[in-house]
Amino acid sequence: MTMREIHVSAITDAVKKLCMEANYDLEPDMLRAFDRALKSERSAAGRQVLEILKDNAQMAKTKKIPYCQDTGFVVAFVELGQDVHVAGGLLPDAIDEGVRQGYTEGYLRASIVKSPFDRKNTGDNTPAVIHLDVVPGANLKVMVMAKGGGCENRSKYKMLTPADGVDGVKEWILECVRTAGPDACPPLIVGVGVGGTFEKAAILSKKALLRELGSTNPDPLLDAIEKELLDRANRLGIGPQGYGGDTTAFGIHVLTYPCHITSLPVAVTIECHAHRHKEVTL
Amino acid sequence: MSVELAADGIKEVRPPLTDADAESLKAGDRVRITGVLYTARDAAHARLLPLIDAGQPLPIDVRGQIIYYTGPSPARPGDVVGSIGPTTGGRMDKFTPKLLALGLKGTMGKGARSQAVRDAFKQYKGVYLGAIGGAGAVLSRFVKKLEVVAYEDLGTEAIRRIEVENFPAIVVNDCHGGDLYEDGVRAYARPSEGRD
Repeated sequence: MTMREIHVSAITDAVKKLCMEANYDLEPDMLRAFDRALKSERSAAGRQVLEILKDNAQMAKTKKIPYCQDTGFVVAFVELGQDVHVAGGLLPDAIDEGVRQGYTEGYLRASIVKSPFDRKNTGDNTPAVIHLDVVPGANLKVMVMAKGGGCENRSKYKMLTPADGVDGVKEWILECVRTAGPDACPPLIVGVGVGGTFEKAAILSKKALLRELGSTNPDPLLDAIEKELLDRANRLGIGPQGYGGDTTAFGIHVLTYPCHITSLPVAVTIECHAHRHKEVTL
Repeated sequence: MSVELAADGIKEVRPPLTDADAESLKAGDRVRITGVLYTARDAAHARLLPLIDAGQPLPIDVRGQIIYYTGPSPARPGDVVGSIGPTTGGRMDKFTPKLLALGLKGTMGKGARSQAVRDAFKQYKGVYLGAIGGAGAVLSRFVKKLEVVAYEDLGTEAIRRIEVENFPAIVVNDCHGGDLYEDGVRAYARPSEGRD
């Protein structure tokens, strides 16, 4: 087996394009979610918000200005085929260079500070947060999410006990939706990671967001949990923007991983309706 | 009066506002703002705080004004501004009562405010308006002029003076204790089937 070579410049170009497109152009599953919600939403204020968000998506796409002024922290999920050789530099540097070019040339906001304490803006939205998986094959897949800060601030983590069980997990997820409330820009998408270790659950909760909205979880048990929780979340009454209504969440997606006999870790990433992500396979 | 009810049921708001203007706004009222807003968010508020505490003048006169919590994205050539939606108001809770004490009348953002801030709205006759979070592209349409007036080094977090026309918002917290978010949940929460 010979190695396939992918030059860093191709990775940089791809990431640059993904960052811009993610911010201007919502995915079709999001647009369908707005339309579905408009049919069921009882609140007039809620329907008005949904209509404005549809206009916003259209305007962002046609004028190429970001859907939200918070153009996010770039979270890149990378699947690197083990028969790929990245040539000409380092993979993380190539991704950051793509972010730098995309955010600067795309009129996207620089929202990252270099240190959490001195809080000086890096000026170009770098660095990205990169999650790398090695997979079979000779392709390189890059999934870029522009993750908003307001909703990220409402993400939570809890170490439950095995005795808390599935009911404990469900109650905790609903509690996260309730406390996110209007702050996190509902309608929300809720990513849940259950199992693994502290950090594994958190990464899964973010990756869970990438699944298509309205799709079925391939695990029937998880699918049932997702559907029950979505129904219950939408009975909380929070509604679009928290103005009251039936559309508090568009989707709740759960991923699991094996876990230790002592543990039941649950991470919940809260995502707003400005759910911006794009992917490419090189 | 700088608040007037228009024929379509929406209240026209023209800063600067008086106590009586603030008192006339009720949680759930839809408003259209025309005139000047000042933008400020976390970093600008952090710089204002020591000035307030030392009794020194601020770079903007907040009396009667509305502060919009936003950090806009850069404008494309020929545009006034990029995307300009609200950020979460709760992060400014620490600073808001002190600004209200200086005469600030309005704040605009998204998300819930603390009880201390809601009490300060009552005490000082102030209001909190909700702009639609994540609708920054659409909201840019209502911004006609923009200039940085302080802390330019903060980039998107600088204080900007913006002139808006018919900027749409809704009253979240009024100075009578009203809260749109609480009213909304009360009106639309439904018990889960087989529960409660």
